[in-house]
Amino acid sequence: MKRLWKIFKQGIINENPLLMLMIGLCSALAVTTSVSNGVGMGLAMTFVLLFSEIIISLFRKVIPSSARMPIFIIVIAAFTTIIDLVMKAYFPELSKSMGVFIPLIVVNCIIMGRVEAFASKEKVVDCVADALGMGLGYTWVLVGIAALRELLGNGTLAGVQVMPASFQPILFFILPPGGFLVFALFISLNIWLKGRMQKAEAKSAAKAEEVAA
Amino acid sequence: MPANNLLLSSSPHVFTPVTTRKIMLAVIIALLPATGYGIYLYGLTALLLVLATVAAAVAAELLFRAAIKAPRTVGDLSAVVTGLLLALVLPPSTPIWMAVLGAVFAIVVAKEFFGGLGANPFNPALVGRAFLLMSFPAAMTTWNKPFSAIADAVTTATPLNLVKQGASLAEVAKSVGAADSGGLYWQLFVGSRSGSLGESSILLICLGAAFLLAVGVIQWIIPVAVLGSTALFSWLFGMNPLFSLLSGGVVFGAFFMATDYASSPLTPVGKAIYGVGIGLLVALIRKLGGFPEGVTYAILVMNMLSPFLDKLRVKKYGWIPPKKSAAKEAVK
Repeated sequence: MKRLWKIFKQGIINENPLLMLMIGLCSALAVTTSVSNGVGMGLAMTFVLLFSEIIISLFRKVIPSSARMPIFIIVIAAFTTIIDLVMKAYFPELSKSMGVFIPLIVVNCIIMGRVEAFASKEKVVDCVADALGMGLGYTWVLVGIAALRELLGNGTLAGVQVMPASFQPILFFILPPGGFLVFALFISLNIWLKGRMQKAEAKSAAKAEEVAA
Repeated sequence: MPANNLLLSSSPHVFTPVTTRKIMLAVIIALLPATGYGIYLYGLTALLLVLATVAAAVAAELLFRAAIKAPRTVGDLSAVVTGLLLALVLPPSTPIWMAVLGAVFAIVVAKEFFGGLGANPFNPALVGRAFLLMSFPAAMTTWNKPFSAIADAVTTATPLNLVKQGASLAEVAKSVGAADSGGLYWQLFVGSRSGSLGESSILLICLGAAFLLAVGVIQWIIPVAVLGSTALFSWLFGMNPLFSLLSGGVVFGAFFMATDYASSPLTPVGKAIYGVGIGLLVALIRKLGGFPEGVTYAILVMNMLSPFLDKLRVKKYGWIPPKKSAAKEAVK
């Protein structure tokens, strides 16, 4: 159980796919112009990641190494199609506003990367923990960036006008340069958080040693 | 004998009296005529704009460096220069809060994020202006007629705006109140045309630049390269070269923006190519681009290329080329 919690925690800050591993950036920068898009993308990606990892982990002993890439793509594409059709049916406005980025989850480097590096080698339970951790890491970054960009660049949050009416939106944040800048700010935030966590862990480890000695 | 007559210390042993602060002071003095004229043209709001931008830049540097626990460097006056330069390239009717935001962005993002003075790859004032132009396009493209109070402002089109919309030189001459093209050039040179705060009087800009050249703060290569290539490429693209030089912010940019030490090349060859590149881009943007004025982006793009321009002709210090006769001897 502790091992599962450790694997889950990795994806949130220490090995955050966007801020530390720096994969899957294109979708992250493109859909973060509004919070609803960010949440939708994060949840869709988590769904595809979770089930792709489960299926590939179940079949990991059977998949030949030389043919693994096409097989991974087929599995990932299957689940991407599922989520695409579900979103078109039940969340049509969201699906339309995210446009081509939902089908593009197929080539999202995070899913390919985790499936290749983790699911093809580990047990199913570990893969579930990893997928949920990575998905949560992806989603919190997306929501954070989208919140900042939408708030400053549009005055709204998830479509609700938050800033006062006299606020003049700073268009910079809605445009690509703002996306890159906010992303860079989040990377430095993550590094700072990681440093804080490591210091806290070192302190608690030292305390545990004192108690034991 | 007595060894205590010798004073041992490590290098450096040669000190220059030229400090960063003195260089920045020279730039501020050089900018004062153009600033004063801008305030004379546009009134008290212009003065407030300049003061607010400078204060915001200084405050941003002070607070940010205190927040990241870096040593305080406000005393070298570089933030003052950045604020002043930014204020001089803004339209005089810019709301104060917008200018403050631009100054904070220029100092924090374009300068401090990269490591402070000397480490900035881009000209901070121009980054601030580009940020404002991108964020508030309407406010950044509203120009005022000189000598009209900003409150009841009569917005007008700058000479470059008119040319972009297809006006002929005669129409531009009429808009600045000149009788003919000679009068137009004189008006553009001496001032009293609409534009950003500091670009109106080319005469005063040149005066300040002459002072900087005299004290050795800037070298002639970059301004000459920028102005020369702007004239050349404007003429090649079918625009009037003299008009291209005298309108917009080319002269201001050539002397005060392009010569920023940290973002321009070090080697003379690099400087020359940098200047030529800026002139080419200015002419291109004015002719083919969507903006009527292209100096901001031209300088920023060439800033991006300056590290590579430095590598074009690397001077190996202390390398003595072998004499030709010695080489012939070796071959024999």
